[in-house]
Amino acid sequence: MDALTTFIEHYNYVVTVFLMMTGLYIVAARSNMVKKLIGLGIFQTSVYLLYIEPGKILGGTPPTLHPDHTLYSNPLPHVLILTAIVVGMATTALGLALVVRINEAYGTVEEDEIFERDRD
Amino acid sequence: MTAVWPQLPVLQIIIPLFGAVLAALMRRGIFAFAIMLTVSLALPFVAGSLLWHVLTVGPISYALGGWLPPIGIEYRVDILNAPILMLVSAIAAVIAPFAYRSVAFEIEPDQQAWFYCMYLLCLTGLLGVAITGDAFNAFVFLEISSLSTYVLIALGRDRRALLAAFQYLIMGTIGATFYVIGIGFLYVLTGTLNMADLAVRLASVDPAQMRAVFIALAFITVGISLKLALFPLHVWLPNAYAYAPSWATIFLAATATKVAIYLLVRYFFSVFGPAIDIQSLPIGEFIIVLSVAAMFVASVVAVFETNIKRMLAFSSVAQIGYITLGIGLANQAGLTGGLVHIVNHAIMKTALFLAVGAIVYRACPVKLADLAGIGRKMPLTMTAFAIGGLGLVGVPGTAGFVSKWYLALGAIEAGWWPLVFAIVASSLIALIYVGKVLETAWLHEPSPALSEARDPPLSMLIPIIAMAAATIWFGFDTDWTVGVASTTAKTLLGGLR
Repeated sequence: MDALTTFIEHYNYVVTVFLMMTGLYIVAARSNMVKKLIGLGIFQTSVYLLYIEPGKILGGTPPTLHPDHTLYSNPLPHVLILTAIVVGMATTALGLALVVRINEAYGTVEEDEIFERDRD
Repeated sequence: MTAVWPQLPVLQIIIPLFGAVLAALMRRGIFAFAIMLTVSLALPFVAGSLLWHVLTVGPISYALGGWLPPIGIEYRVDILNAPILMLVSAIAAVIAPFAYRSVAFEIEPDQQAWFYCMYLLCLTGLLGVAITGDAFNAFVFLEISSLSTYVLIALGRDRRALLAAFQYLIMGTIGATFYVIGIGFLYVLTGTLNMADLAVRLASVDPAQMRAVFIALAFITVGISLKLALFPLHVWLPNAYAYAPSWATIFLAATATKVAIYLLVRYFFSVFGPAIDIQSLPIGEFIIVLSVAAMFVASVVAVFETNIKRMLAFSSVAQIGYITLGIGLANQAGLTGGLVHIVNHAIMKTALFLAVGAIVYRACPVKLADLAGIGRKMPLTMTAFAIGGLGLVGVPGTAGFVSKWYLALGAIEAGWWPLVFAIVASSLIALIYVGKVLETAWLHEPSPALSEARDPPLSMLIPIIAMAAATIWFGFDTDWTVGVASTTAKTLLGGLR
């Protein structure tokens, strides 16, 4: 019963960890490079959630100096994750650019086929 | 001068950053090279002033944009990172002239300006990781350096460079994301991102929440270990170093992993050290086991490797094992040895990869079998290679001996006698692979394919000789390296609980 209560109270973290593991599994299990990058994207996105969730307070307002607003959400995680999103986008863009070049050089984006072609 | 002096910490970052922007605007490689050379020669003066100030006066705290820490981002220069800044700047300055011919030879003309732009961005990122006192800022700089590193590697001539860059991109991003997860845990626990403030606030964390601190430590350790290529997380490194353009390999081998090692030391001893009893965790033993595995497995692989660049890359993994061994021992002599080896290995590996860069420039092949007799054709280059190689082995009179001596002392101090034998035995394996190259290079008649080969022009030869000379110099004069490292080790260990 306790476990169930914990589960329901922290269901947002359960979702985060599920996404995290899904992303990491795709990166490890797929040999298609585009799919690897998709997995990497899911993995990174789960970390955005990990940061954003604790910053939100139910009923909290934006952090403005106003006598009516006493309870407000923490804006810093949003700012941090804005930076992380930019980094993640740059990584995905660079990764896809590399995949295009690899496809031109090898004629495939399957990692196992590429290893096969490099052997001879 | 009085106006510039307080701004020195930020100049360390701004100079290469603006250099990168300027280089990107250039169409011709030669102009971009001029910018890169100017930036690289200016940086040691900034880093040297910072180091001098830290040694004579004390740590420097710079509030970026005037926002005071712990709210604003702080650049903090102390006895641990000032030598790292100096190392990266000095290596960048010494190898800069080498780029002129090496890059012109290996990179397409229309890509040279972009190559220098990426290099300067990478330099910015590495210096930024070293100088920042903010945990999240360190992540951003880590990614700036990593993203530009992927591009540098992908510019290699071999198509396998693309694959190496992609594999590094996947593993490097996973590592960086692990690091961010760890930082996220710390932020939720303490509400701060400033490293010094983190150390203070972690010490007063509710004991019931200690598990979260341990998980943060685990995520950060694994994340940074991927970046510094701690065995068995090193698989991206050999191919990346082997297929990147020669000059990029020289720079990355000398600096990139070293800065990641610095970050790990910073977290172990400055951030987590005062808060949790690291000695009570098996983390030291764990790192020692992995380090010893790296020293043996990577050295043995290097013995059987036929591509000389890959051989040196595997040797880097083994040498990183020595550095992490010192971190794992975590006593005065051991940590001194580890920290000294950061500098010494950077110098020796630069000498070796510079020599390989010169071989590629003159003779092209990097297969060991094709290099028979190259010592007689390129005597100065191969002499430098021999000195660097003997440094890797740890022959007395070279820099490598000094660091291994302190590591052995540290192992004895910790009561881990077998480690002393492990250090000696792995050095003997290093003697095999270095000896294999030297034997091929000197004791064979030059093959006809090498008839055109001769020592490279002065702009390449002077950096090679300078680095080989430094390998010997730091084998005798240890005042600077060991002196600073032992002060640093004392400070770091003094902060431990």
